[in-house]
Amino acid sequence: MSEAAIEATDLVRDFKKGPRAVDGIDLRVEAGEVYGFLGPNGAGKSTTVHMLTTLLPPTSGTARVGGHDVVEEGPAVRATIGAALQEAALDPFLTGTEHMKLQTALHGMRRAEAKSRSGELLARVGLTQAADRKVGGYSGGMKRRLDLALALVHEPRILFLDEPTTGLDPQSRSALWDEVQRLASDSGVTVFLTTQYLEEADVLADRIGIIDQGRIVAEGTPAELKAEISRPTLEIIPAEHGELARTREVLARFGEPANSSPKGAAVLLSEGEAQLADVVRALDADGIHLQHLQLHAPTLDDVFLAKTGRSLEGAAEEEAEQPDPEQAAAA
Amino acid sequence: MRRSTLAVQVGVLARRSVVRTLRQPAMVVPSLVFPLILLAINASGLDSATRLPGFPTDSYFQFALAIPFVQGALFSANSAGTNVASDIESGFLNRLALTPLRRVALMMGQLAGILALGLIQAVTFVVIGVAFGSGIAAGVSGALVIIALSLVISLAFGCIGAFVALRTGSGEAVQGVFPLFFAALFLSSMALPRNLIETDWFRTVADWNPVSYMLEAIRSLVISGWDGEALALGFACAGGLALIALVAASSALRTQMVRT
Amino acid sequence: MSRGGFWSVARAVAWRNIHSFFTNPAIAIPALLLPMFFFTAFAGGLSRVDQVPGFDYGAGYTTFIYGFVLLQASTFAGIFTGFSVARDFESGFSRRLFLAAQRHGGIVAGYWLAALTRAIFTVAVITAVALIAGLDVNGNLFDLVGLYALVLLVNAAAMLFGTGIAMRLRTMQAGPAMQVPAFLLLFLAPVWVPYDLLTGWVQTAASFNPITLVLEAGRGFLAGDPTEVLPAFGAVLLLVAVTVLWARGGLHSAERAA
Repeated sequence: MSEAAIEATDLVRDFKKGPRAVDGIDLRVEAGEVYGFLGPNGAGKSTTVHMLTTLLPPTSGTARVGGHDVVEEGPAVRATIGAALQEAALDPFLTGTEHMKLQTALHGMRRAEAKSRSGELLARVGLTQAADRKVGGYSGGMKRRLDLALALVHEPRILFLDEPTTGLDPQSRSALWDEVQRLASDSGVTVFLTTQYLEEADVLADRIGIIDQGRIVAEGTPAELKAEISRPTLEIIPAEHGELARTREVLARFGEPANSSPKGAAVLLSEGEAQLADVVRALDADGIHLQHLQLHAPTLDDVFLAKTGRSLEGAAEEEAEQPDPEQAAAA
Repeated sequence: MRRSTLAVQVGVLARRSVVRTLRQPAMVVPSLVFPLILLAINASGLDSATRLPGFPTDSYFQFALAIPFVQGALFSANSAGTNVASDIESGFLNRLALTPLRRVALMMGQLAGILALGLIQAVTFVVIGVAFGSGIAAGVSGALVIIALSLVISLAFGCIGAFVALRTGSGEAVQGVFPLFFAALFLSSMALPRNLIETDWFRTVADWNPVSYMLEAIRSLVISGWDGEALALGFACAGGLALIALVAASSALRTQMVRT
Repeated sequence: MSRGGFWSVARAVAWRNIHSFFTNPAIAIPALLLPMFFFTAFAGGLSRVDQVPGFDYGAGYTTFIYGFVLLQASTFAGIFTGFSVARDFESGFSRRLFLAAQRHGGIVAGYWLAALTRAIFTVAVITAVALIAGLDVNGNLFDLVGLYALVLLVNAAAMLFGTGIAMRLRTMQAGPAMQVPAFLLLFLAPVWVPYDLLTGWVQTAASFNPITLVLEAGRGFLAGDPTEVLPAFGAVLLLVAVTVLWARGGLHSAERAA
């Protein structure tokens, strides 16, 4: 097997206060892959990214990024990676161009090379027009795109994006998704992306790791993960409200009841979509007329629910108390 | 790709720090205006103090002219601290940490911003002082020494501000320290020469307060000319404080920027 | 009186404000520290100044400075209440208040009660510190009633001024607009030496500054030698009258925005 782009073994990080932020994570991300790290706030995503990007030493465990050990070979790792960490970290008093100048200079690029690279990257993320405006006046989406451009200055082979679209409006979000997809497909960059949005992981990632309370609870391609749940939900609304009870009785023969709208009944099909025809025949045999029939495919939220017993949306609030890695590290 | 040299790193970070400081009029303007207002009020309100036996000059304006140089430096501390804290809070420091940047370059770049602000202040105060009739006894070269000393003072307080920011990572903490700096200024020989301070404990505090010696060094150049002892004490206090604060800030940076 | 009446609104606003003052060190401590700091720095550092020829104040320099710090403390108890008003607008509390209360004047009265409480508390602490530091009060009971009446009227004027600004601008950014004029008014007065020893532009400014009269009358009361009593009360009552109108305009502006 060739060397993985990112490989972590039993990675652990404790903070002085609060529970263990990262509790034994094993990871393997192949070169060219887009890996989505999905989990609620405080699950340990950012802490993991900080360890993989050498900004935070692990308490125990090892990780290699781009073939280099994150503890022993920090400078080599940093030369290989680009990162756009949470909350576009920009200086509101500098312009986009000035940010590019600073970044290229710190990476040791020659002035001419730096200039052409900056222009090219700013154009690529659609910021040519705004390049000479101060970043303080940028929209959230513009800031994230500049952040991405800055992360790409030194042509990294591996890119870390920590919640790249949190707080963005839907248009800015999909613009950023397009850019990330283009990067992965055109330049073969390995992308390690954290997100708390199911849709984002679903759209972007080749493979997803679901993290909860510092542990990876499931891993696989989006299709595999959903297939693990595999059982779609069928919701039926009978034409006559009086037949709701009988509808429920019929559905109960095909699996466990599931949540539905008040006018309908729903069932988690125990043997999958194949049962659909049987259900319809059974309802027909009982003389129940249908007003509405809908089959819900399993979502990543169902996966999260199945693995952790909680819904992803609800999980965030419970765990928001955990210290954020920078502050805890400084303490 | 080359590795960037230390000189390049310091250069770009210094440039950024200066540009960033100058683009925040809310930081530059008060650091000039407030010391000047205090000077104007003091000079006129306390002018009768010059009638005390033993007062070194008959112009309180001339006596008080040293204060803005130190007070301006207190604003440097605030602006340096606030700038560093906002870099930490925004994650900008992490962005820098991911480049082949050396910590010492980061520190030196930050100091450049402090010095730029300090230079603007010092030159302004010298010009205002001369324009409003306070001669500088030590002449033009004395004025240059005043500017040099006030840069060291700015550096000292600026590094304290940076230290607090790096240690706590919080702009609020920096703001919270600001009043302490003012206490240090007020509990010095700011308003009267030390030998004319009557209250014993106050005189003792002023004797131990390095700010007294910074003020007195500048004052000696303004009022009486070249005074080796006063200058040596002033430069030693300012330089010593700057050194301690710089070491403390660098060590705090090491903790704040823990990259492997 | 019905719910939302004048005094019930005032009580509610005052209680909330006083409660946050006494439970939030970030609000209470600067309000105490600033006058304490001025008192220490001036009374301690400048005491020799009372030996300047022509310095004719009988009760000593500590008392002389105490007279100033009292005014400073009560002024800022009022100004800081103005900050609280601005904070209430930023947090959206005022919006609810304006919708719930029928008599909006009660809101201002509530802030005034809060400012008054804060002033009494700050003045009490400062006075205790000053007594320890050797404050020498020669005035009798009537003098002291006069002194503290002046101080509390100044507090009311400062609070009304700050509230007028806070209700017009409705943001914490308005802080300097309240603070800077108050500082200038306080310091363009005979702070460190009697009026006759002032020189230059500060003397000119002090001659137009109503605070000069208040300060001189206050120091007169402290020394048991009341001077300028009627002009001082006249000046401070005028200040209160003007700031009442100013605050009322602010209230109308806030009502239009609510």
